[in-house]
Amino acid sequence: MNWSSASAFFDMGGYGLYVWGAYAVTGVAMLVEPWLARRRLRQALRDVATQPIQD
Amino acid sequence: MTIRWSTFSAPSRFVWLAAKVNPWLWAVTIALSLAALYVGFFVAPTDATQGEAYRIIFIHVPAAWMSMVIYLAMAFWAAVGWMLNARMAAMLAHSLAPTGALMTFIALWTGSFWGRPAWGTWWVWDARLTSELILLFLYLGYMALKSSIDDTVRGDKASALLAIVGAVNVPIIYFSVRWWNTLHQGATISMTAAPKMAHTMLLAMLLMTFAFWAYAFAMSFTRASAIALEREQHTDWARQWALDGSSIRASKP
Repeated sequence: MNWSSASAFFDMGGYGLYVWGAYAVTGVAMLVEPWLARRRLRQALRDVATQPIQD
Repeated sequence: MTIRWSTFSAPSRFVWLAAKVNPWLWAVTIALSLAALYVGFFVAPTDATQGEAYRIIFIHVPAAWMSMVIYLAMAFWAAVGWMLNARMAAMLAHSLAPTGALMTFIALWTGSFWGRPAWGTWWVWDARLTSELILLFLYLGYMALKSSIDDTVRGDKASALLAIVGAVNVPIIYFSVRWWNTLHQGATISMTAAPKMAHTMLLAMLLMTFAFWAYAFAMSFTRASAIALEREQHTDWARQWALDGSSIRASKP
């Protein structure tokens, strides 16, 4: 185990800002992108379903 | 059982395959990234010279690898789409661009947050950093070019040309640390030499790399399905899929 306490974990040996700044942005980006893509897919399905039939 | 993969070049069957495979890809992404975070923060030891700041490597290197791999995949599918006039290949190329751009951004962002404590600067015009920034501009230029041309076929061809020409940049990024005497350190993993890092550090990095791979596949499948439905919204297959997707999803292609 690397960390004696929770605050030691968040402090990251004094590099907390850098480590968590890197991980937080990565985490948010990799949650937002799937959300946007799934929204686009649902919208595409809705658009198709409401298309008038063409013959 | 043999699978004829060419079957999935039809958008209708591709969308079916994507819907089948995606839940598993997401499960793999979540499981592997949690495992990577656990090994990376609780098992891997503190680095002797860099202290805890080095732990950024567990996302920095996988993102940087993916930024290059996704670009090559995008250029490959763009070329296939152009040469063979394959609809699904061009859509796959488009589906990869935003994820590739995001991976490039993450590589640059995490690199900056690592460079500050390690080198004392957020940014330097070093060959590795500059060529990776050019990669981001290539992705953004590709997406802008495609969306600026209304005609689908012309947009596919113009953006394919950009993707193929821009692929020259990928080996430049990869070999930049060898060709130029740069601030950025050399390759973390080499095919010819034994890894220089502790096994647990390597394990965390590889777990995160496989998580990012699964993520990229899932993102590409989701977005390619959306593009296929957008482009072929007047077709019978798209209509059937949208109206009765749940029953088709349970069936065979």
